[in-house]
Amino acid sequence: MEEHHFATVNKLENSGKQTFTFANPPAELILESGEKLGPITLAYETFGELNPQKSNAILVLHALTGDAHAAGPNGWWESLIGSGKGLDTDKYFVICANVIGGCRGSTGPSSVNPKTGKPYGTDFPLISIGDMVNAQVRLIDHLGIQKLLSVIGGSMGGMQALQWMVSHPERIRSAIPIATTLKHTPQQIAFNEVGRQAIMADPNWKKGHYYGSTIPAKGLAVARMIGHITYMSDASMAEKFGRRLKEDKEPFKFSAEFEVEGYLRYRGDNFVKRFDANSYLYITKAIDYFNILNGKNLASIFAGLKAKVLVISFKSDWLYPSYQSQEIVKACKLAGVDTTYCEISSTYGHDAFLLETEQETQLINHFLKTASNGHNGGAQ
Amino acid sequence: MKQEQVKAEHKIILNWITKDAAVLDLGCGDGKLLALLINERQVRAQGIELDENSIHRCVAQGLSVFQQDIDTGLSEYADNSFDYVILNQTLQQVKKPDFALKEALRVGKKVIVSFPNFVQASARFQIFFKGRVPVTKALPYEWYDTPNLHFLGIADFKDYCKKRNIRIEKSAFIRKNNIVKLFPNLFAEMGLFVCSKQISS
Repeated sequence: MEEHHFATVNKLENSGKQTFTFANPPAELILESGEKLGPITLAYETFGELNPQKSNAILVLHALTGDAHAAGPNGWWESLIGSGKGLDTDKYFVICANVIGGCRGSTGPSSVNPKTGKPYGTDFPLISIGDMVNAQVRLIDHLGIQKLLSVIGGSMGGMQALQWMVSHPERIRSAIPIATTLKHTPQQIAFNEVGRQAIMADPNWKKGHYYGSTIPAKGLAVARMIGHITYMSDASMAEKFGRRLKEDKEPFKFSAEFEVEGYLRYRGDNFVKRFDANSYLYITKAIDYFNILNGKNLASIFAGLKAKVLVISFKSDWLYPSYQSQEIVKACKLAGVDTTYCEISSTYGHDAFLLETEQETQLINHFLKTASNGHNGGAQ
Repeated sequence: MKQEQVKAEHKIILNWITKDAAVLDLGCGDGKLLALLINERQVRAQGIELDENSIHRCVAQGLSVFQQDIDTGLSEYADNSFDYVILNQTLQQVKKPDFALKEALRVGKKVIVSFPNFVQASARFQIFFKGRVPVTKALPYEWYDTPNLHFLGIADFKDYCKKRNIRIEKSAFIRKNNIVKLFPNLFAEMGLFVCSKQISS
């Protein structure tokens, strides 16, 4: 059957930034570490409209440095989310919240500790991917949604999707983990550790209590530079920069001469304007501790999961290589979960999950259609 | 709904498969067969396919597919986890057909195999009289661009099954979309078989 879309003024229904505060003392959220955190504020945005049955909600999960502004102008996944796009806001109600530990409106180390009246700094408790998801569950409860149509995210967002599959399987009808892993590997931890060391080696870091004075900008910028290298690929860097020299070079031996140097410096310097160094420390730690297996065997982690799963990886992604996505697929197969897996050809490296949205759109669009119809394909 | 021309081999396979069965299609291509089986037999379907574009076409039909090389095996699946495993035009293209079929027979209660008959009359004619590797309607590839790695005839497959203790439960043969009843090894362009493990009696 064919559907006819009549040309309408497709306006993205964006809620703008909203907040939800919960876990007020003495009912604080108990973290996986056993520590308590409260009150907790989550900054979130919604796109599109929730239907009366509340059955069309999709939770978008952001990566390390993302935030709630996933769609609309300057949204970090703008090419995937919107009217007529992969996550079609004409059909679906899309929710995206900044994670706890973040610095873009949700409670994190730069928030004021109600006990002291000063920013938490490194007094903020260690948080995990599981804690991030538990906070999201509270938001979904608050929005009156019993079951999400889907949870979707790349990289750390994918880890949260996996966490939903394991911890709250009855609250999701489908999940789309992209360019992610069941557990962080030593190589992935190593890159994060170099980033953290750069921040902590900055004299302005002051053991995390730098709020109100100079921020550890240099350290955070270096951390971001390392991150950017791991998000690209040999091929994408060669294509983007080659060995081209910068035009406006300064008269100094170690100024940025190559374009790639200029790019990394620019990215690093820009990043410190929008991101908090302590949040970088806390979130990378949460990622490094991520291990959904947690002593369990591969066959049992998704046992009994009714949700449909779409796993996506990218050929040139060496930070989260395809074999790690294939492990996710293997676990799904062992548990008899209805799963689709696609490895998209791309030269963009890990960044591909943000850039190859045309390919992703194809897969996600059809997958969601099947997930919302609740059958396994074929029939029209 | 537009009634698409259903291929003869798809019709045969459809008739062999029971309602609500669990089906694994190895090398499912664009997913047409699986979609047909879901519509007509309400099967629980899973496809495996190596080609990325085919994966996209399968997902567009709402199918569940894995992008995977069949030669890496099916170790994640327990014995007899599917009612049918299908190797439709796949067996001759895998690196290790012996291993693929063994794995298929392990995870499936029944295995449906189809392949082009490489020794049918017109192929024999081309080899014998033209002295050329045959290019026919059923085998349209040149030697340098063929995805087919193994060349077998219907008699070869039957010999193989005997040797490996594989029981052939049903078979059908096609030439130009018609059923071949006589001398299939000579006349058929394609052979289709329902196989199962030989239970020693």
